Amino acid sequence: MAEVQAEVKANLENRAGDARAKARRTYWTRFGIFAAVLAAIVIVVNIFTHGNFLTAGNLTNVLRQITYNAILAIGQTFVIITGGIDLSVGSLIELSGVVMALFANATGLDGVVLVLATLLVGVLVGGFAGFVNAVPVVRLNLPPFITTLAMMLMARGLAFKLSHGQPIALNSHAFDSIGTGYILSGVLAPLHLPGIPIAVLWMLALVTIFAVLLTRTRFGRYVYALGGNEEAARLAGIDVARAKTIVYMISGACAAVAGMLLMARFSSGSPNTGIGNELQSIAAVVVGGTSLTGGRGSVVGTFAGALLIGVLNNVMNLLNIESYTQEIVLGAVILLAVIVDQLRRKYVAA
Amino acid sequence: MRGIEKSFPGVKALSGVTLDVNAGELLALVGENGAGKSTLMKILSGAQPADAGEIVVDGVVAKIAGPKDAEHLGIGMIYQEFNLVPDLGVIENIMLGIEPVRGLFLDPKGATHAASTVLAELGIELPLDVPVRRLSVAQQQMVEICKCLVKKARLIVMDEPTAALTDREIDRLFELILRLKKSGVAIIYISHRLEELPRIADRVTVLRDGKAIETRALADLPQDEMIRLMVGRALDAHFPELPPVRADAPVMLQVAGLRRGNRVNGVDFSVRAGEIIALAGLVGAGRTEIVRAIAGADVPDAGTVTVEGKVVRITSPRVGIAAKIALITEDRKNQGLVLGMSVRANTTLAHLEQFTTRGFIDKHKEDTAANQSIAELRIRTPSDEQLVRNLSGGNQQKVVLAKWLVGDARIFLFDEPTRGIDIGAKAEIYTLMVDLARKGAAIVMVSSELPEVLGMAHRILVIRDGLIRAEFSHADATQEKIIAVAAGAAA
Repeated sequence: MAEVQAEVKANLENRAGDARAKARRTYWTRFGIFAAVLAAIVIVVNIFTHGNFLTAGNLTNVLRQITYNAILAIGQTFVIITGGIDLSVGSLIELSGVVMALFANATGLDGVVLVLATLLVGVLVGGFAGFVNAVPVVRLNLPPFITTLAMMLMARGLAFKLSHGQPIALNSHAFDSIGTGYILSGVLAPLHLPGIPIAVLWMLALVTIFAVLLTRTRFGRYVYALGGNEEAARLAGIDVARAKTIVYMISGACAAVAGMLLMARFSSGSPNTGIGNELQSIAAVVVGGTSLTGGRGSVVGTFAGALLIGVLNNVMNLLNIESYTQEIVLGAVILLAVIVDQLRRKYVAA
Repeated sequence: MRGIEKSFPGVKALSGVTLDVNAGELLALVGENGAGKSTLMKILSGAQPADAGEIVVDGVVAKIAGPKDAEHLGIGMIYQEFNLVPDLGVIENIMLGIEPVRGLFLDPKGATHAASTVLAELGIELPLDVPVRRLSVAQQQMVEICKCLVKKARLIVMDEPTAALTDREIDRLFELILRLKKSGVAIIYISHRLEELPRIADRVTVLRDGKAIETRALADLPQDEMIRLMVGRALDAHFPELPPVRADAPVMLQVAGLRRGNRVNGVDFSVRAGEIIALAGLVGAGRTEIVRAIAGADVPDAGTVTVEGKVVRITSPRVGIAAKIALITEDRKNQGLVLGMSVRANTTLAHLEQFTTRGFIDKHKEDTAANQSIAELRIRTPSDEQLVRNLSGGNQQKVVLAKWLVGDARIFLFDEPTRGIDIGAKAEIYTLMVDLARKGAAIVMVSSELPEVLGMAHRILVIRDGLIRAEFSHADATQEKIIAVAAGAAA
């Protein structure tokens, strides 16, 4: 009996190995197709834009432009995988930006210490707002659409109140390098390359950290489990309330980091920079293949979604397409992406 | 249906299945879980396309590309999980999709007329002024049958229709089935309960591993042969032998004065290591609520739960798990599994801390545990990466068991552990329970199947209205005694 079991087990492990190898192959095949299609599009676009698209300067620009949306969308990904939604992130950019600017101007600190302290304050504001979002959701089972909608209004109102409706200019120049600085520009200058924006590094670091958190940790597994079947997760002993609360706090904190980068970019904390950003972030998440019904999705997908939207915007700008038309195209692309994803799931099932 | 074939990734679900059914006849379709019954019926109803084969209705080859086509051909389906709109009433549900209209507006009178005609034909009474979610399971099933008939169905497929019904309700369902047969409706009847077939079935088709093994008149197919055909081997003893409880075995679980809502009204009992206790009673007697309260799935209003001599304040499932209590719920799809996750992730979900170092999941350790569970429980799956959604019911149930076996649980609360599961898997689960008992676990089993209660428990507690009404030992218990107490005839 034991021998038979050992044999069955060995066989299974082989098959699991095969399955993983196959999954890897399909992954690389898909990656290959994606890369080929992308290359074709890039070449066509490049021809139409008279070579303005495929320049190091332009590509760097695209990356820098998507930074804020991508960071917002990371937090949004966590929320949406649990089956929720966070409408407050746009306002939280503003609220955290204003609070951080007020704080930075009020303390006597400077340099790196000031930056870190300010970031901490911002993350606390964003995290606390996320906590407030989550409490009615986990305690009273209110829909997150409502609680985060309320937070969206309250945070925006508070941001205006604190700032009297005016951007708050930063006194210190400690934030300049984060907002507008590059690294490696010295190394890359001889190659006529512009260097890498520091804000972009922040984005890449956050994508990596949160992708690992979601796919490799117990917490990440719980996020998927409670999005897939909350009752089964609860009966498996998972502290569903705690996990959900953390998820909303992550989303708030991500909004604060985006707020910090925006503040650094414009050297001021402004109460009206975040309008519409919540919907942009949801678009990036959805285009990135995360299911709005919960239980499925990834941070890397979301990053790809934000990148796709960013490239699209950039190309349309280079082609001098007027902004009204841009919105129409963007809406259509979002719809198309989700339809394609759905069809793929249906016909290439599991 | 002729030569039906269907494959899924990694599984050949059906290979060349042929079956036929005549007007006014009931064809029973039997087979173990995963034999292909459900897939076959999904193809018939247009829910899934077949890879090959054809469906012939009244001598004409029919093309069934979707549920609408099946409906037009007069094929009606009654799934185990009903397709009713819970907040609409009986009439609205019966007429769903075929609402009579006058101009732009609904015609409630016409709807009432059409629906009540069907209800009257069948001679059934249903409350018409409440949403269907307030009806009993049996009543909801009646609504489903009416839905088929109002669309002039001439073939009705029923998937495990008696799984959630009480004996009385089953009697009424069978009367209804006989009446349907008399009026010329053909019925395909899927069931694991072989003993009920003689009351209604004319012929039987046995499916095994995606093939139709045998079709015969029921009268020519005795039950033991049917079982042999289903499993492909003769089953010797139905229940494994219960290991005796050692005289000095410690009390593992003690429950005193347990109350919860109006379904659990002061329950006291204890279970010793190595002991299996059955909670018998009618559906709705409060048995499920008792085990849920012990495990913390619902928080008890009053009473104490003592585990190995220590009082545990049960406030959540987490506390229950920490106290080494495992609740294997009845409803695996809604409460037991995350269908969109892999076999591996489901297996380790309740004890993930064992596979985690500093917050990170140890993939290798997790893999090993999952594959060991798959081998031990003989879960049929291409690999541990397979999504649980793609497994058959019996294999899903095994994944639920695997989830609770990877931990260190010592008290197992099984709620209807073999509902909707085939005979082979049942026997495996019984063996597993006995093994657990032999290793010193305490087991409480809620079951509506009396043979199971009689064969698998050292002691039997009969529950009625949230209270223990009688206790029988394995030796004393008989079906008659239990039923008498459960139904409230005499204490």
